[in-house]
Amino acid sequence: MMPITPYHYLVLAAALFAIGLVGVMVRRNIIIVLMSIELMLNAVNINLAAFSYQLHDAAGQVFAIFIVAVAAAEAAVGLGIILAFFRNKETVNIDDMNIMRW
Amino acid sequence: MIHAYLVPVLKILVLLNALLVSVTFMTLLERKVLAWVQVRLGPMRVGPYGSLQPIADAIKLLLKEDITPVRADKWVFTLAPIVSMVPALIAFAVIPFDRDATFFGYRVSLFIADVNVGLLYLVSITSIGVYGIILAGYASNSKFPLLAGLRASAQLVSYEIAVTMMLVSIVATAGTLSMIGIIDAQYNARVWYIFLQPVAFVILFIGGLAETNRAPFDLPEAEQELTGGYHTEYSGMRFALFFLAEYANMIVVSAVATTLFLGGWLRPFPHVAVLGFLGYVPGWIWFLLKTFVFLYIFIWIRATLPRYRYDQLMRLGWKVLIPLGIANLVVTAILKVLV
Amino acid sequence: MLEAIVFYTLATFILGFGVMVVTTKNPVHCVLFLVANFLCVAMIYVLLAAEFLAVIQILVYAGGIVVLYLFVVMLVNLRRPPDAQIDTRRQARVGFVLAALLLAEISAILMYSAVHPSSVATIAPQVASGGNTETVGMLLYTDYLVPFEVASMLLLVAMVGAIVLARREA
Repeated sequence: MMPITPYHYLVLAAALFAIGLVGVMVRRNIIIVLMSIELMLNAVNINLAAFSYQLHDAAGQVFAIFIVAVAAAEAAVGLGIILAFFRNKETVNIDDMNIMRW
Repeated sequence: MIHAYLVPVLKILVLLNALLVSVTFMTLLERKVLAWVQVRLGPMRVGPYGSLQPIADAIKLLLKEDITPVRADKWVFTLAPIVSMVPALIAFAVIPFDRDATFFGYRVSLFIADVNVGLLYLVSITSIGVYGIILAGYASNSKFPLLAGLRASAQLVSYEIAVTMMLVSIVATAGTLSMIGIIDAQYNARVWYIFLQPVAFVILFIGGLAETNRAPFDLPEAEQELTGGYHTEYSGMRFALFFLAEYANMIVVSAVATTLFLGGWLRPFPHVAVLGFLGYVPGWIWFLLKTFVFLYIFIWIRATLPRYRYDQLMRLGWKVLIPLGIANLVVTAILKVLV
Repeated sequence: MLEAIVFYTLATFILGFGVMVVTTKNPVHCVLFLVANFLCVAMIYVLLAAEFLAVIQILVYAGGIVVLYLFVVMLVNLRRPPDAQIDTRRQARVGFVLAALLLAEISAILMYSAVHPSSVATIAPQVASGGNTETVGMLLYTDYLVPFEVASMLLLVAMVGAIVLARREA
């Protein structure tokens, strides 16, 4: 069996990113779209951790931690917006979120 | 090669079995202590002084019909008790019972893993436990469990902040995240951290009561308001899992408090030569004794204090414990820099 | 050998759970698959000798962010979710094509560079050492102090924003 190289991790991350992309494009429930974005962020984090492992440099992990912090901020604000929208329109379908588009 | 895998597997097996047995007998201890507090006898029929009562309970629960409500979310309904039990069990991977001990001529270390993120691992594992409660409330498809589940998860998330803040204070004092490192730091400092960090100890203990949903913070299980809480719709073995998870979590909190504040396996006054005879008792027995004291206090508090109201609980968490925790952390950091 | 087994098992789980997140109809089940996915990713970090990142992943993602998602899903749980009927828009098909193209492109680049390794890529991976918490901490509070403070400001702003947005009498 082939030894596990950083390329394996990069391919895994690419596949996970593609799955997340499909989720963002295809699903219409805004909450699931946000969750797909989290999947994509995780794929990026796998990349960073793999590079950090290969280059013996912990800077990659530091950046991954920043991404986690940004993801937390994004989730808090994004879900707040969804709740505010849901109170007004009683829906979480992104196709209905077009009142700003006149 | 075989040896390298065999010993850890054996240790895990022994630990899991000991844990499950002691969790079972915790139920008996709780009933007995509550009874003595109320000047009753408690269970007396099964075995001498009711000592076999837990086994009878276990057989009863195993033989009971396992009901799944018709409109329940079946997969999640099955998953929820498992999710609440597993974190309580795997948390023990980093709890050190003793550095090493000799059994039948073999010298084995009495911990499963000493990882350099030990304390953080504990925090993250216990933060998974909240899913079991929310999912149980959701999957039952019933009003009271849902309300109880939401209450419990809000309570857990709120108190987790204060508890984590206190753990950071301890880490700042000891200068390490490893559980064994923290005990060594207490040995080198010649003092248990309960005396260095009394505020942290009190907050952590209150937070531990809240995180295990014990009295006086047992709102999620308030029988009078919620007919039993998030496990109302559960029966048989699945109900037993929730029940055992609560006791397992109690043991986790007690063991962690012992490690962080009471010097783990260290005997009292490890530097005083006059008390050297205490060293003949193995370290892991000291550890178990200290843990038992905490467990006893848990039950004692349940017998003593009335239940908090929900708004009082939230006010205590957010307006008292978290600001106190932040203040304690800041003071610890300043002292750490100055001293 | 052991590493390969662990990696392929984890990769299968990660991709499987990822697909489930994207395809499952019930949002609560989606959230559960997302948690499972994040836990497997945390194990991948352990495999990459990034224990601190793994613990952060579980603590912040699985124990924090996803709980938030679960709460919101329960608050807005609809009788008829938006994805109930089959999607026939052009956007969906375009999405699949785009994702497939992206995956093919990245894989091609990776295959190419695996065959023709550059000088950087030839550094042998380090054996997993005792720990990296201290290293990461030192980096965070020295070289990356300014980004670290900016991140904390971002979190504060997000917190205020979320509270303002979610307040009922806004």
